Amino acid sequence: MNIVVLVKQVFDTEAKIVIKPDGKIDDSSVTLIMNPYDENAVEEGLLLKEKLGGEVTVVSVGTPKAQDTLRTALAMGADKAVLVSDPALEGADDYVLAQVLAKAVQGINPDIILTGRVAIDYGTKIASRVAEAMGIPQVNTVTKIEVNGDKAVATREVDGGSELVEVTLPAVFSAQKSLNSPRYPSVAGIMKAKKKELKNLALADLGLAAEVVAGRMKILNYYLPPARKGGRIIPGEPAQAAAELANLLRTEAKVI
Amino acid sequence: MAKGIWVIVEQSKGTVRKVSLELLSQGRKLADEKGEELVAVVLGQGIGSLAQQVAQYGADKVFLSDDANFANYTTGAYTSVVAKLIRENEPSLVLFGNTAVGKDLAPRVATRVGVDVAVDCVGMESDQEHYVVLTRPIYAGKAFAKVAALSARPIMATVRPNSFPVADPTAKDAQVINVAPEIDANDLRAILKDVLAQASGRVDLTEANIIVSGGRGMKGPENYGILEELADCLGAAVGASRAAVDAGWKEHKFQVGQTGKTVSPTLYIACGISGAIQHLAGMGSSKVIVAINKDPEANIFSVADYGIVGDLFDVVPVLTQECKKLKA
Ligand SMILES: Cc1cc2nc3c(=O)[nH]c(=O)nc-3n(C[C@H](O)[C@H](O)[C@H](O)COP(=O)(O)OP(=O)(O)OC[C@H]3O[C@@H](n4cnc5c(N)ncnc54)[C@H](O)[C@@H]3O)c2cc1C
Ligand SMILES: Nc1ncnc2c1ncn2[C@@H]1O[C@H](COP(=O)(O)O)[C@@H](O)[C@H]1O
Repeated sequence: MNIVVLVKQVFDTEAKIVIKPDGKIDDSSVTLIMNPYDENAVEEGLLLKEKLGGEVTVVSVGTPKAQDTLRTALAMGADKAVLVSDPALEGADDYVLAQVLAKAVQGINPDIILTGRVAIDYGTKIASRVAEAMGIPQVNTVTKIEVNGDKAVATREVDGGSELVEVTLPAVFSAQKSLNSPRYPSVAGIMKAKKKELKNLALADLGLAAEVVAGRMKILNYYLPPARKGGRIIPGEPAQAAAELANLLRTEAKVI
Repeated sequence: MAKGIWVIVEQSKGTVRKVSLELLSQGRKLADEKGEELVAVVLGQGIGSLAQQVAQYGADKVFLSDDANFANYTTGAYTSVVAKLIRENEPSLVLFGNTAVGKDLAPRVATRVGVDVAVDCVGMESDQEHYVVLTRPIYAGKAFAKVAALSARPIMATVRPNSFPVADPTAKDAQVINVAPEIDANDLRAILKDVLAQASGRVDLTEANIIVSGGRGMKGPENYGILEELADCLGAAVGASRAAVDAGWKEHKFQVGQTGKTVSPTLYIACGISGAIQHLAGMGSSKVIVAINKDPEANIFSVADYGIVGDLFDVVPVLTQECKKLKA
């Protein structure tokens, strides 16, 4: 099995978002981590490799800092890494990002492509876009994957239940949290990761001209939600307070 | 010249999903303002009567495909037909619900027709220059971005449930155009083998108007019964914090927060939840927040409109009694 896992570097979940005077989001003082669901995607890649043999390549599009995230995946056990980084990609829209990822992945010729269910920063549904750009099927939000020859059956979580979907490989799968429990990199793994191949590519290396980046959508501006103020603490014994709360929700807030 | 505002309608068992009614209602307003038609695309099996329903919510025209291929949602069949309709008719704007179906379908269709799609929008304003400006939460609602399409058409967006109100239905007819279920061979490489429905008849978290959520303070899975009872009375969904999910008390699909579901109900009742930044990210845009927590210092009180400092095992059952009285 030739397995590719897409991993994205994101802000730590503890991060407070700060908008700089130039209107951009301040990334100078935040801790950067692997997108949590991508840990599940990497884990599944490693489990499939352990079962079926083959190779796991992790691929990311991002700034040079994303090398750290790729090293983490290598330390978990991935074999090789590819980082596509290009100043021309700053401000690229998600259509373009998917085209670039698809191009990078196609070069590896995988049977299985794994992604996280969602990136906790922008959450733009890259898995489906990459699959479409490659002309192959996808199964999103999977909680189980079983590979049989050139086919795979995946369990997909949907609103109000789940589905069993059979696909012909190659195919893209986006990992839900309950797919598995990601392993932690071992000390030996971390040491080994330093010597593993991490290829840095620019757009030109993928045969893409800077013009492909011409976007279809753009972000006009960012803003922070109005800070919520703590409201009213309802005093009294539980019974009394609960009765008053019900009353307020009906007559004042008008929500029940 | 691109024309028309489209809503890709979701239905289940012969009823239109609420989020689709929200989009039709909002789409109607925008169509009137722009002087364009509102078009509903309805795929399914045994759905002939739905044309009437979507007309009542504003559709001028309905593309309808009533076929066994659409009995259940599959990425391939739906993408084939929707992308083809878009290419042939060149609408200005195409709206999907940000549901399991919309999230799967919209990016696939957008990529096929060569455009971007703004995912999980919570707002949409008419705009002279850009046609519309869309608002989408980023970092699970810790910040927001205003986005717009450049010259590419159609503009595409998935819109989160509960973002727009549903208008009152009016008597109105729509032109119905039957669409052939032509599916590209390459779109048949994924086959739906089975649909496993969940026993719970409760509304989905992301679509719920009211959510009752329990955290570590629930002490164990057996105690969620008191939240279920309150939820039953309120017609609410039941959610959980990550601590409760990690403890194995609730499945991950009930988790609210930055690595769970992002929700914006009109009422969110947090029981035994401390209010960690990752939890607040997922529910901070709820209209009204209620916190029940025994620790007066708990951070959840800093965002709650109403708070009760007390033991949830004392407070919640009484709240349920009061709710029953109100509903009686
Ligand atoms: C990468 C990452 C992602 C995360 N994503 C999420 C996420 O998506 N969603 C999420 O929720 N968390 C998330 N977290 C976890 C988050 O940081 C908190 O640990 C978690 O939200 C705490 O859950 P809690 O409030 O239920 O538990 P606690 O923080 O332990 O709070 C329990 C509360 O219950 C109260 N309590 C106890 N007993 C009672 C009683 N009898 N009556 C009334 N009150 C009582 C206590 O006073 C306390 O305030 C994430 C963390 C990380 C690192
Ligand atoms: N820039 C990127 N580089 C590599 N993988 C990405 C990138 N953006 C998104 N992904 C993958 O796509 C998944 C879903 O991201 P998104 O669709 O943005 O929510 C992530 O969990 C990653 O696996």
